[in-house]
Amino acid sequence: MKDLVMETRVDAQTVKIEARKAQVFYGQNHAIKDVDVDILDKTVTAFIGPSGCGKSTFLRCLNRMNDTIPGCRVEGKITLEGEDIYDARVDPVQLRAKVGMVFQKPNPFPKSIYDNVAYGPKIHGLTRNKAELDEVVEACLRKAALWNEVKDRLQTPGTGLSGGQQQRLCIARAIATSPEVLLMDEPCSALDPIATAQVEELIDELRSQFSVVIVTHSMQQAARVSQRTAFFHLGNLVEYGETGQIFTNPRDPRTESYITGRIG
Amino acid sequence: MSTGLLTLIILALATFGMVAGRARAVASAGGDIRRLHSLPTFYGRFAALLAAVPAFLLVIVWLLAQPVFIENRALSLISPADIPQGSSDTLVMSDVRRIAGGLDQLAARGADLAPLVTDAPALKAALNAAGVALQNEPAPSVIAAAQALRAMQSTSRLIMTGVALVLAVAGLGWGLSRVRPEFRARNATESFSMWLLIGCSLVAVLTTVGIVASLVFETAHFFRLYPAKDFFFSTTWNPQFRGGSSLGIWPLVWGTLYVSAIALVVAVPVGLMSAVYLAEYASKKTRSWVKPAIEILAGIPTIVYGLFALITVGPLLRDWIAQPAGLGDSSSSVMTAGLVMGIMVIPFVSSLSDDIINAVPQSLRDGSLGLGATPSETVRQVVLPAALPGIVGAVLLAASRAIGETMIVVMGAGAAAKLSLNPFEAMTTVTVKIVSQLTGDTEFASPETLVAFALGLTLFTLTLGLNILALYIVRKYREQYE
Ligand SMILES: Nc1ncnc2c1ncn2[C@@H]1O[C@H](COP(=O)(O)OP(=O)(O)OP(=O)(O)O)[C@@H](O)[C@H]1O
Ligand SMILES: [Mg+2]
Repeated sequence: MKDLVMETRVDAQTVKIEARKAQVFYGQNHAIKDVDVDILDKTVTAFIGPSGCGKSTFLRCLNRMNDTIPGCRVEGKITLEGEDIYDARVDPVQLRAKVGMVFQKPNPFPKSIYDNVAYGPKIHGLTRNKAELDEVVEACLRKAALWNEVKDRLQTPGTGLSGGQQQRLCIARAIATSPEVLLMDEPCSALDPIATAQVEELIDELRSQFSVVIVTHSMQQAARVSQRTAFFHLGNLVEYGETGQIFTNPRDPRTESYITGRIG
Repeated sequence: MSTGLLTLIILALATFGMVAGRARAVASAGGDIRRLHSLPTFYGRFAALLAAVPAFLLVIVWLLAQPVFIENRALSLISPADIPQGSSDTLVMSDVRRIAGGLDQLAARGADLAPLVTDAPALKAALNAAGVALQNEPAPSVIAAAQALRAMQSTSRLIMTGVALVLAVAGLGWGLSRVRPEFRARNATESFSMWLLIGCSLVAVLTTVGIVASLVFETAHFFRLYPAKDFFFSTTWNPQFRGGSSLGIWPLVWGTLYVSAIALVVAVPVGLMSAVYLAEYASKKTRSWVKPAIEILAGIPTIVYGLFALITVGPLLRDWIAQPAGLGDSSSSVMTAGLVMGIMVIPFVSSLSDDIINAVPQSLRDGSLGLGATPSETVRQVVLPAALPGIVGAVLLAASRAIGETMIVVMGAGAAAKLSLNPFEAMTTVTVKIVSQLTGDTEFASPETLVAFALGLTLFTLTLGLNILALYIVRKYREQYE
């Protein structure tokens, strides 16, 4: 029943990000080869694939975070709402405000928990006064399932939290900027099952406002939270489609061996 | 036997211990080194350490302690009447030492000393010929003291050599006798090295303690001759070598702080910003030549900076700023010295800060950029706060350099001790005054020279305070940022 609802919704969505013949090179290393993907608006897209296949690399292309890596080169065409994000006229700073990111390793700023979450709203001027900012911080921490644990120590350093708490802080920090697309690189890899369930709930909730792309090593998680799934292997996009179809009826033999656990 | 030869013999014994210990270990295991607790080299090393370390320690301690004991005994031989008016024990003892040294030289040349030691004029002539110039003919008791000194030195040397050799041989024998397969030579050498390391760090600590103690001691001496109240609360610095000087420290401390503050006002922003540019914006290629170019500034001798201050910056400031603005017409000024010193300490700030900024993890920058922050927002709000403890350290290092600097101040700011707010007036600093109080023909008996120690102690307290402040700041931010 739920699946049916989702599928009808997916069909109604417009394309948010479109990649055509995307290539990424790290010096001589050809890390992403000819990737074509349409990421839909208000949809959760999962990237799965074995370690080192280029999921993080491709994710970073979508908000030009690869610009900060020396020797990294991106070719092909990636558009956000029809606009080429690698065009010289596009300001990567503005792009990243629209396409937010949660990194594979938690990276809270060496600031208080409050300031970590308030960072984005402050630099983008999203709130008019302190009270509004307080509200945003609280709402984001609640969404990231962290509020109850930190509400009494908002002024203590974010770096003093546990690894899983730090990751949820980073999620709160990313959604506080109200991006249009949220890229999440293995957001749950350091979380316990309860926090994972809360984050998955959050992802499902975010889908009503954002388009979410999530990299995950957990097939169950991909199946639970995403409507579309892309399977990467050795830098190629092997298969991309409805999550249900990928998991129940994969077209490519490599996808099938991966989801049944034969490619590691 | 000379100390050099003794050293060589001990080293030879140690080397022998190395080889023999190794060989014995292998032999004791019947050639199968797997039966040994440790690798054969450890047994060799153990024997070598036992042979060398105690013997060398003995030699070092002996050589340090010997003069104290022997000279006290020699001093007791000098009759008080032979100590001239206005002179002191230490001055006479230095004569004794020189005579003893001269006699050694003469003896080495094969001269017959017996007639000389009873004949003061002949002794003086002979010593002068040997290159040891004496001012007046030595008194008989002084000559006797010198002779006694020589005799005691040579016996002491002989005993030391003997004891050291016995220690070395005993250590070697004991070390070799302990070589057995089950002996844990590896652990033993390990703890030996630990004690060696502890000893070395102790040397550093004790030296510091010694320096501070001597400063404190001499300062106390100074305060017996000159009232502390005047030193700390008078605002004039006017030393008179005829006596009756006023030695108020405030003009000097003020000058030091004023010049250093100007230097930091120049160096911190320039240094920090160039560090940020180098670490965050510059390409690898630019960085590879800009960084060394800035570091060259640190390699220029301060006297060259002083010249630059004296000849270029001073007149320039006077002609273009001070005179037109009516602020004075001296080419030496606090401003001149401060500016030039600021340039000198730029590399201390920039080079260290650059390393520290580089050590901030890239993931923090990514996090900030990923939220749509610009590079400069990222630097200001994430990178610099994370690097702050280190940057504070860099700034304080620069500050201590500035406070301790002398040459640039002499040439740029002059030598007049003054309390003034006008940055275009000549002033001077603590270090400059220490130098000027000690140069020339002086002896350490008058407050005018002893004040140097009080000044030194003040300077030391100042930099110590600065360091404590730095530690405090660093710790405070550590708490916040870790
Ligand atoms: N900064 C970099 N410099 C050079 N090569 C890189 C860099 N980052 C990734 N690569 C290379 O690109 C390829 C893809 O890496 P990527 O991090 O995208 O893998 P991934 O799919 O995210 O793996 P994982 O699941 O382990 O996170 C790998 O071969 C990796 O060696
Ligand atoms: Mg990855």
